This record gives sequence, structure tokens and C-alpha cells, in this order.
Amino acid sequence: MESDLFPPADAPKPEDGSRRSFMKLSGGILGLALAPPLVSQAERLTAYSKVLKGATDITLRVNGQAHTVRVEPRVTLLDTLRERLDLTGTKKGCDHGQCGACTVHVNGQRTLSCLTLAVMAQGKEITTIEGLAKGDQLHPMQAAFLKHDGLQCGYCTPGQIMSGVACVKEGHATTDAQCREWMSGNLCRCGAYPNILAAVRDVAGQTAQG
Amino acid sequence: MDTEPQFFETNATPGIVGQPLSRVDGWAKVTGQAKYSAEYNRLPGLVHAVLKTSDVAKGRVTGIDTSAAQRQPGVVAILTHQNLPKPVKVPDSQVNKGTLNSPMGFFPMMTDEVHYAGQPVAIVVADTLEHAQYAAALLKVTIAAEAPVSSYLDPKAQRYVPKNVKGTAGVTKRGDAQAAVAGAPVQLTATYHHATNHHNPMEPGATTAHWEAPDRLTVYDTTQGVSETQKTLALMLGLATEQVRVVTKYLGGGFGCKAWVWPHVVLAPLTAKAVGRPVKLVLSRQQQYTGMGHREEQEQTLRLGATKEGKLLGIVHEKTSTTSPWDDYAETNSRIINMLYALPAFESTYHLAKASVMTSTSTRAPGDMPGSFALECSMDDLAYQLGLDPIQIRLLNYAEKDPTNGHPWSSKSLKQCYAKGAELFGWSKRNPKNGQTRAGNTLVGWGMATASYPVHNSQGNARVRLYADGHAVVQAGATDLGTGTYTIITQVAADALGLPPENIRFELGDTILPSTQWSGGSTAAGRVSSSVYLAAQDVWEKLIKLAVRDRKSPLYGAKAADVVMEKGRLQLKAKPATGEAFSDIMKRASLGDVEGSAQGRYGSVYKEPSVVADADMNKEEKEAAAGYSMHAFGTHFCEVHVDPELGKVRVTRWVSVMSAGRILNPKTARSQVIGGAIFGMGSALMEQTVRDPHLARYTNADLANYHIPVNADIPDMRVEFVDEHDPHVNAMGVKGIGEISIVGVTAAIANAVFHATGRRLRSLPITPDKVLDAMRQPV
Repeated sequence: MESDLFPPADAPKPEDGSRRSFMKLSGGILGLALAPPLVSQAERLTAYSKVLKGATDITLRVNGQAHTVRVEPRVTLLDTLRERLDLTGTKKGCDHGQCGACTVHVNGQRTLSCLTLAVMAQGKEITTIEGLAKGDQLHPMQAAFLKHDGLQCGYCTPGQIMSGVACVKEGHATTDAQCREWMSGNLCRCGAYPNILAAVRDVAGQTAQG
Repeated sequence: MDTEPQFFETNATPGIVGQPLSRVDGWAKVTGQAKYSAEYNRLPGLVHAVLKTSDVAKGRVTGIDTSAAQRQPGVVAILTHQNLPKPVKVPDSQVNKGTLNSPMGFFPMMTDEVHYAGQPVAIVVADTLEHAQYAAALLKVTIAAEAPVSSYLDPKAQRYVPKNVKGTAGVTKRGDAQAAVAGAPVQLTATYHHATNHHNPMEPGATTAHWEAPDRLTVYDTTQGVSETQKTLALMLGLATEQVRVVTKYLGGGFGCKAWVWPHVVLAPLTAKAVGRPVKLVLSRQQQYTGMGHREEQEQTLRLGATKEGKLLGIVHEKTSTTSPWDDYAETNSRIINMLYALPAFESTYHLAKASVMTSTSTRAPGDMPGSFALECSMDDLAYQLGLDPIQIRLLNYAEKDPTNGHPWSSKSLKQCYAKGAELFGWSKRNPKNGQTRAGNTLVGWGMATASYPVHNSQGNARVRLYADGHAVVQAGATDLGTGTYTIITQVAADALGLPPENIRFELGDTILPSTQWSGGSTAAGRVSSSVYLAAQDVWEKLIKLAVRDRKSPLYGAKAADVVMEKGRLQLKAKPATGEAFSDIMKRASLGDVEGSAQGRYGSVYKEPSVVADADMNKEEKEAAAGYSMHAFGTHFCEVHVDPELGKVRVTRWVSVMSAGRILNPKTARSQVIGGAIFGMGSALMEQTVRDPHLARYTNADLANYHIPVNADIPDMRVEFVDEHDPHVNAMGVKGIGEISIVGVTAAIANAVFHATGRRLRSLPITPDKVLDAMRQPV
């Protein structure tokens, strides 16, 4: 088997956005809210939000800009971006972590925003598709998607590009087989896969060359 | 029409058309700026609507308890069949569904009846999506359940032969196929199964409805046809057509499911009316499975008779499939089986069974895709039985004329497609024996199949406004499903106007633009490109008229017919040096711009537009009037690796060669062909929606359990085109490629699996359990 599909254990990993890590995180926050707070944790919480019941003002750093937004604890990062901040570049395809259309970067790691509560993303650096280009200068991954026609309808594209950027950074785009595997969390129904592969591998090649 | 100019005449020298231009809408899509229908957030007072759907497949609503839901903060309204504003007209039979462009002869929430699981029974409206979703969860709808019928396989199902399915007679006969098969020296009979498939565009159905005034409705909808949706909404809501505006600037895939006005598209404006605020209604992924149709589960039995040499004598085809309680709907598989080869006799019968499901609907190459599975697997069987190469059996039965009517083809380059595909794939190295090739522990197989898709009739308008500064705005109310419409039309306009593509702005997806038919049936590229090209000719005609009457023009006094446009310059055909730039003519006439418009026609209506007036005239008669049969043709080749111990099938190599008239943009066209083939790989190997046989409810209605191909499933793919010159299909010589790309794909894979294993799998999808079962059977 191609061993490069399975990089060493110490290689950077994408945040898996799984139910387990979700429970761990939200349990942590909610647990703190219910239990007598430890001083250090209480301080950390205070910095973000004091109340976790009902709608609360929270501050999210998105694409380098701070946004204060009033959300309930149950509101996902995806719905906060799309419905509150009008950052509709991040797409909702399934709302269940099954399609990857909602992929954003949280602290540089690819993250499914539909499985992330907005409150969990406080104090973290969130990057969406709208924050990837520098003015009119496209990110190399965006330019590569255009060049290789790695898109048709465009609906999965923001998620593909965010995953693609992370995939290269993680070192998971060193061979075609490995790249295919590590881009398989992002579904594309138009079937642009060979072109998406070409785009991600192109950027991986540019990065490797320096 | 003979007087109408054709692109190949006026633009003989190569230009932008045919170049691999990158998508002009690509920048908006890769930066997240492209606005889809659920993304119009800035409407004043916008509220969220969430559908509550039935868990029960058949029954009656006996109680609605809104108390808990109503108490939730932010809830604006709860609508049920008891208080929903009633439409003026609803589809309530298969007779009126056609005039309403409705996919079903039924509309939910008019009474207490429930006819399918997932049918909307209530709508909850709230200030935020979360409030609406939670309140919908708290809303209690009690349904007295009755025993449903789950499919044609249900013992309770009553099978019948319908009078008609989609305009095709329930029983059709050409010659005496029964006798031809019975008397044939070689006879094959096989039955093929096809699971329920769902389109699953990545963008779920969404409708945002905004009543700007009681007689002015704007709807942002996920539709493949803004004009069709406009017409339907106007009829159902009792408005004049112009009082409804439908906008679809970007569409996140369609594949046929967004071609129709489904219930939620009408429920959204009704809800907006009830609450007096703009409403956004988005289907959840789960609701998508019961909100916008599916490809029906079906079985086909194909009986084939041939001579000892392999020449077809007759085919008898029977299809059995599930339909809804209201409609006689089936994909018309018989079309391709009837026309693909030189077949002297054909008989087809459709059997239906009504079940507690919604009506199935158009899905990428409806009919031709599953029909080709049965036909192309049987042709493969015939080749093996006679010891012939699969390409040889197809050449032996090559149809030089349309066997259904004896007409010549408007163009057909299938032989070149076979030859090119075989060469690119290395087909000549194929081991003629099956089950003989191995790579390590896996069995290796090669398969191929023929693809074809008809040129459907369609027509539409376009407008071109050429500015004196050398820029132009081009408009047609088409939609771009991701197919590349934005890009190819920009290219056509660039050549037709002699301008660089960056000076063209093409606007689509809005009913305020010139109307054109839906983007479906692979008609949009040919129709819209022709409309735009002809609208540009209208601009030149107007400018030439001005020039020849203008004393200051070097063209003064010339005959209009002697003047041609060459790269934005009007000049004498015989003396190109005599002429001037269009901007000079416009400046002297103090014109800021000149506008042209035209109607483009695609298919047999191109040469015989008068035939359109007769609404009852069917496609066959129109084709007869035009004198040509019009189809695109192509071929797929593939290699599979089959793991005999795990039953896993992997596609490891793919070659598609297509001939579809003029290819406007090889880059976007290649993407479409790759996409169609991948869609077909899904159907072949993994896609199936399973309805519980007792509850008639889908058990796997999400993307974790309904498997569509992922990147790791897809091998290197090669796509080539055989260039065709077809003056009969439309002014541009274009045939569509969105659907032909999926036709034959499932058969090519099944044929490769047969070559690899020596086992013929006739039930889709070819999942590991079926492969393992087959491997246990003797060859």
C-alpha cells in the first residue's frame, strides 16, 4: 500500500471536527459554567462571555477583523458566518459534517464550521474564503483552481480551497494518491475531482520549490 | 431558415470560441463572492422558514399541537394546511401539472392527506434559523398512519401499463420484434436493476421570497429555469407573469432536480405573504431527498435477437418502475435502445406501480442513462457469446441512418470516437478472454460502451448592447448550473462582436432579462449561444444600415449585403480595405450604443420554426419535418480493479471521447464530461437510496449514508473531442454535452467488471456484497 497515505504520528493533523472533539470542547465550556469555576479557567471564560444561557454577545476574529455578534450557545460557527456576519462564501451543504462545504480555518487548521459552535471559536483566528485573497491578489490556491478548472457550480469550491490550502500545509499533498485521500472529506457533485487534484498538487509543487 | 447567418460562415477564422478560456465567473466563485439563492440576507425584516415534514408515508393529519412551539422565543408563525394562504391554482392531477411546470400532480398542505414520507405538513417561521428549527422540532403533528406501498417490489403494489410515460406510449412497436427475436439464431435475455438515485447537488434547494408590494413578488430560487418558475408562480399565486421576478445568479448544481417548481418554491412566497415579511426557506440535506425528486428504482428486461454474425434482428424491452399515486412517470429508457444501433424491429413496454412516494423526476440523461445500461451490457454479452470484440459488435450494427425513422443524422462521428478512444486507451492490447488479467491480488478488466444523447428542441431570446467605447452587455435569462454558460456565452459574444472577452459582460439568471427556456436537456449551450450570436448580427445589420446611408462613411452607397464585420470593423466583403470601425459610425450618429435582439433555436425547430406553432406536434414529427435526426455521440473506455476477496471495485483508468458539434470551450467542456462520467461512476458502484419496505421511508437520506464519489474514488481521466461541423442543429453548430457524458458510463464499468471477473453483474450499484456473491458462483 502507499505508505504516504499515512504520515508519521507527529505530523500536523487537521482538526477532525468529530463528535468526540466537539463534545470535549462544548462539555468543557458548559461544565465550567455549571461547576464552581476554578480561578484561572474563570478568568479565561470571563474574557469571552460571562453567560452561556440565551443570546450572548461574543467576539469572533474573522479574517483579521473582530466582529461582535449576539448568538445563543447552540448557534454554529457556520450559521454565525452566513446568517449573522453575511460572510456567505462559506457554504452549507449538509450541516452534519458529511460534505466539507463549510470548511474554514480555525487557528490555521481546517475545521468544519457546521460542527463548531460559535462560542467555541472565541479568541481564535478564523479564516474564511473571503479572507484568503489579498485585495485583488488571489491566494495561489484560488488561482490554481481557476487555472485547472477545479470547479463547476462553485458551491463546494470555498470548502475545497480551504481544505486544499490546509492539505498542502499539512504535507498531505506530496503524491497524487495521498492528496486524493486527504481531499476526500470535501464532496463535489459536479465531479471536478481530477481538476481539484491538479490544482492542489500544482500549489504543493510551488510550495516545495520554495 | 436559409437566410439566417451561421457562425461558421461569419467567423471562419479562429477566435475566442474554441479556446480554453478560464471561467469568467470563476473569480467570484473562488473568492466566495458568488451569491447563491439562500444568500440574500439584507432583505428588510427577513425571517427564516423551516419545513416540518411527515415521518409517515401514508395517512391523515389528525392533530396539530402548536403550544410548545408557539412559546419559543422568536417564533413568528406556524402554518399548516388549516391556515396556509391558499394558492389560486395547484397541480392536482397529471393533466394540469404540465401547464404548471410542476413535477407532480399533487401539492402538499392543501388538505390533511399525507402521501409520502417527507411531505411538508407544517412551516415554522421565526426570527432566526435556530429558533425556527427548534420550534419545528417541538411542533407536534399527529398523523393516523395507513399501510403504505413502498415500491413496485412491494407485494401490495398493483402493476399496470400506462397509456403514456413522458410523451412516449406505454407500448410501442416498430416492426415485429417479438417474431424477430423468437426466430433469431442468437437470443439473449437479461434483467437489469437500477437503485433509486438522488441528484444531491451540493447546494440544497432554497427559495427566498420577497413581496415588495401586494402585486410584486421577487423570488431568489435554486432553479434551472427562471422563466418557467416565474410562469408557474404567477399561475399558482394568481399574479400576472410580469408581477413575478425570479433571480438565480448562481446555481450550486442541478442535474435535473432543479428543473421544476417543487412545493417549497411555492410554499416560500405563500409563507412570506402570511407573515408579511421576506422569507428564506432552505431544505435541509435530509429534506432534499424528499423535496426535489429522484431517479426511480427500476428493472428492465431486454430480449435481443441477432444473426450468427452478430447483426441485430430485434429487441424487446420491458421496464418496470415505481411512480407516485398521481403520475404515470417513468424515465423513457426505450428511446436510446430504439435508436442507437441499426435495429430492424423494436418493442417496448412500460410497467408502473403506484407507491407512497413522490414522483420521480429528470435526472442527468433521464432514460438514456439507465436505458444504455441494459442495452450496452447486452451488446457486450453478445460480443462475448460470438467471440467478437466489443467495438466490433458495435461497428457491425452501426446505424448509418436513424433506424426509427430512416432519416440521416445531422452529424455523427461515432466511428471516429470509437477509433480515438480505443487508441488513447490502448484497447488493442486487451485480452479477449475475461477473468484472465491480474495485477497483484486484484482482477483487472477493461470495458467500453457507447454514449448518445438527443438534441431536444428549444428556443429563447437574447439581447446584445454594443457601446461606442468597445464594451458590450449581453443578456439572456438563462442559468449556469456550473456548466460554463457564463463563460461560453462570453466567448461567443466576443467573436460575434469582434471584441476581447474582458470587454463583454454577460448577464443571466433573472426574469427581467430576455426570456429563454430552462437549462436542461443539454439545450442551453446551443440555444443561448445561437440567440446571442444572432442578436449580435442584429446589431451589425443596424450599424451597416446606418453606414451605407452616411455620406461621411467610406461605406456610403454600398449594398448592405456587401458589408461584413471583421473584428469590430465594418468593411466591404470584396474590398476589405474599404471600411471603418463601428465606433466611428456610432460617434457620427451620436449613438452611445446600439442594441440588437434575436431568437435562437436549437434542434429541429432551427430549420423548421413554423412547426413550433403546432403545440401538439411531437419531437418525432418535428424531426421528420426538419429531415434530420439530431444526436450527440460518444464513447467511454475504462479499466477496473476488482478485489476478489473484499469485492471492492475501483475504477483505475478512464477515457471518454465525445462528438457534440462545435466545442465552444474545451476546458469547461472537458470538465462537464469528467463530471458526467463521475456521476455515472457513483451510480455504477455506490449510489442507492433505500426505502424501508414496510414504512416506505428512506433509511439513508444523508451524505454519510448515501455515498457519492469522493476524490479518492476517481482515477486519472482523459477526455477528447471529435470536432464536428453540423449546420442543421442551430446557428452555432453546437450540441449539448452535459448529459451524454453520463450515458454508457454504468455499462462501461459493468462490462469492465465482467472482463475482470467473468461474472456479469446486472444490478446497480455494483457493491462489494454483490461482487462477493457473484464470485462464489461458478463462471
